[in-house]
Amino acid sequence: MQQPYLEVVGISKSYPGVRALSDVNFSVRKGEVVGLVGENGAGKSTLMRILGGVTEPSSGKIILDGRELTCLTVAESMRGGIAFVHQELNLFENLTVAANIFIGREPRRGGVLRLVDEGELNRRATPLLTQLGADFAADTPVGALSLAQMQLVEIAKALSLRARLIIMDEPTSSLTATETERLLAVVARLRSEGVSIILISHRLAEIEHAADRVVVLRDGKCVGELDRADIRAETMIRLMIGRDLKTLYRQPARPPGEAVLQLKDVRTSYRPEQPVSLDVRRGEILGLAGLVGSGRTELARAIFGLDPLKGGEIRIAGKAVAITSPRAAIGHGLYLIPEDRKRSGLLLDFPIRSNVTLASMDTHSRFGLVDRHAEEASAEEQRRSLDIRTPSVSVLAGALSGGNQQKVVLAKWLSMAPKILVFDEPTRGVDVGAKNEIYGLMRALSDRGVGILMISSDMEEVIGISDRVAVMHEGRIAGFLGREELSERAILSLAVGRLAA
Amino acid sequence: MMISRKDLSLLILIIVVGTVVAIINPRFLSPINLSNTANLIGLFGIFAVAQAFVIISGGIELSVGSIIALLGVLFVDLVAAGTLSPGVAFLVVLALGCLIGLLHGFLVARVGLQPFVVTLCGLLIYRGIARYYTEDATAGFPFGASFPTLEWLVAGRLYGVPHSLIAFLLITVVMGVVLHRSVYGRHLFAVGKSEEAARYSGINTTRVVISAYVICCGLTAIAAVFIAMYTRSISPSSHGNFYELYAIAAAVLGGCSLRGGEGSILGVVLGTVLLQVLQNLVNLLGIPSSLNFAVMGSVILIGVLADQQFSKRKVR
Repeated sequence: MQQPYLEVVGISKSYPGVRALSDVNFSVRKGEVVGLVGENGAGKSTLMRILGGVTEPSSGKIILDGRELTCLTVAESMRGGIAFVHQELNLFENLTVAANIFIGREPRRGGVLRLVDEGELNRRATPLLTQLGADFAADTPVGALSLAQMQLVEIAKALSLRARLIIMDEPTSSLTATETERLLAVVARLRSEGVSIILISHRLAEIEHAADRVVVLRDGKCVGELDRADIRAETMIRLMIGRDLKTLYRQPARPPGEAVLQLKDVRTSYRPEQPVSLDVRRGEILGLAGLVGSGRTELARAIFGLDPLKGGEIRIAGKAVAITSPRAAIGHGLYLIPEDRKRSGLLLDFPIRSNVTLASMDTHSRFGLVDRHAEEASAEEQRRSLDIRTPSVSVLAGALSGGNQQKVVLAKWLSMAPKILVFDEPTRGVDVGAKNEIYGLMRALSDRGVGILMISSDMEEVIGISDRVAVMHEGRIAGFLGREELSERAILSLAVGRLAA
Repeated sequence: MMISRKDLSLLILIIVVGTVVAIINPRFLSPINLSNTANLIGLFGIFAVAQAFVIISGGIELSVGSIIALLGVLFVDLVAAGTLSPGVAFLVVLALGCLIGLLHGFLVARVGLQPFVVTLCGLLIYRGIARYYTEDATAGFPFGASFPTLEWLVAGRLYGVPHSLIAFLLITVVMGVVLHRSVYGRHLFAVGKSEEAARYSGINTTRVVISAYVICCGLTAIAAVFIAMYTRSISPSSHGNFYELYAIAAAVLGGCSLRGGEGSILGVVLGTVLLQVLQNLVNLLGIPSSLNFAVMGSVILIGVLADQQFSKRKVR
């Protein structure tokens, strides 16, 4: 049997408090396409960072082309022939295709003048593009290309570096069906030329179609390896799920009331062709599940007035409202706890006090001047009721831990009698203890009649907290699941685009 | 108001420099010199405070000098020709200043142009209009003409304290309250620090930024009148040249960050004082006046460097 090109043996990676990977083994042979699947947070990204030399494994070894290593550096990884085509492309849109492919390795002329030899640059780039069947010239500016074409540039760049293993991370997540087909054709062509590919994708149909072998990760462990004949979506889903989820669920105090937020055929600029309709009822927590890139955050941004609606209607408490700015949304009692709290949720250089009152200056001022006493009183009240751990509300928000920062973001809205709260990844970067407190707060709020829409990629959170779950897939709602129907399997089946579980 | 560490070190620096100059040349403390310096502090301070508002919003206003020239010649011309009474002329000039600010703010916050570009164009345009308006001749009051009330008001002294300084202090107090005590000031700091977080909190960021330019250019218009009456004659090609840079220098020296969201009125006042004391030092110590800018530049650079070293140490 042929020696594998890359072999990963017993790789583990621990972060404080988390075991991201434990004892992962897998190999890639020359000219083989390996599918790598797993839920959000299963450890795929960590594994890829280790192969790229960005992250150092805690233990285990990597055998690359017969050489045994305990860890890779970025340079070793590149020299060893590993190349990445990331979800977010790293291209310079202001430069041409050829310039991007040979960035940092430009052919020179003119001796000491060190001029770029543009002719040679294009001559070298053209065969690579031909090899990939690209329909654009080497001197096209990258800014003029489509996303699918940009991916080909990334692949051409990998080939120019004599890559022997190309790792593609969700390469098709933003491509149309035709573009996807063409990309998979390129994958097949590369394979026939002896290049190995690791294909990470949430689209199981693609994996079924393209992979020679599939490795399934769950909770940082390698839970299954399927050979060509056994690769079926059902099997992969069965392997991906099956975590033992702790039951976090707290019963609501009373059955949900009337709909407080209604979306009717709402279209966002992310996927304007997909209308979204859903209702959030008073006193209910509606989970919004889906894989990364399914359009959940974009939906939240549109509801909160950050992006214009492309169509449809938003109703609050039964009345159609025009939400053209966050200001308008806030005026209707609809608040957003954003995904990136350090950038959008907080002013890290402002004291806790000012962060709490930032959105409600009207009630904390007299004659246009800030009423410091009122401000201090509100902030103190929120600090006590949310148990924000800080010696004083004068402490800068940036000095707090993740969980306490999130409580400050929450405090900002709680002092303003919310009707609807939209949480985008409410416990990302929050430690376990604070997580439970935040869950408790969410339930307490819903019991007070607030309608809650919770976007989450954490399966445990979605199943553990929600009264009902809407699952998104590629910009549309793939289905709703009631409390009694909630299971990892049901959610995942919808999230990967299968209508029935 | 609590005095910050930054402001305190600036104050100490001013006292040290002042003491050294006074020891070398006792004329520094003569009433006439102090009064002249105070007058200059008043004149330059008004538009330095103005500049601070735009800098805290995260922008920059480069057309200050040209606005001072254009509104200065307009004011002198309107008054000298007897077209308008000084009071009405002042209001017209003030309104024009606010209008210019509105235009700049609109182009920056609504249209999305870069502040540097917008106000650089302003710098060129207003200077050009000023020169065209006067046909490049010096604008001034005709020989013998006098407006005693006006002159007393803007160029007079009260117990030796120039009125420009009094006006500056009044403006400082009012704008200090606006910046550090008002809801608008809070929103301005928030927008300057993180436009995104401010928007997510429902702040009308466009309006906040536009207001900053209106305040800046409005205050600059007031400064323009004081400066016009101080110089009494205005040659439109050189009047107010580089004043925007004095303003930016004072603001930066006073702790404003060009990234926005940082700064204090007290800091800007101290920055202005330090710059004027340095000017005075160059004159009194017999340093060739051609070195004027070089001295100022070096002091600012050293100040900013020292500040960066201090804050680095604090982080560690």
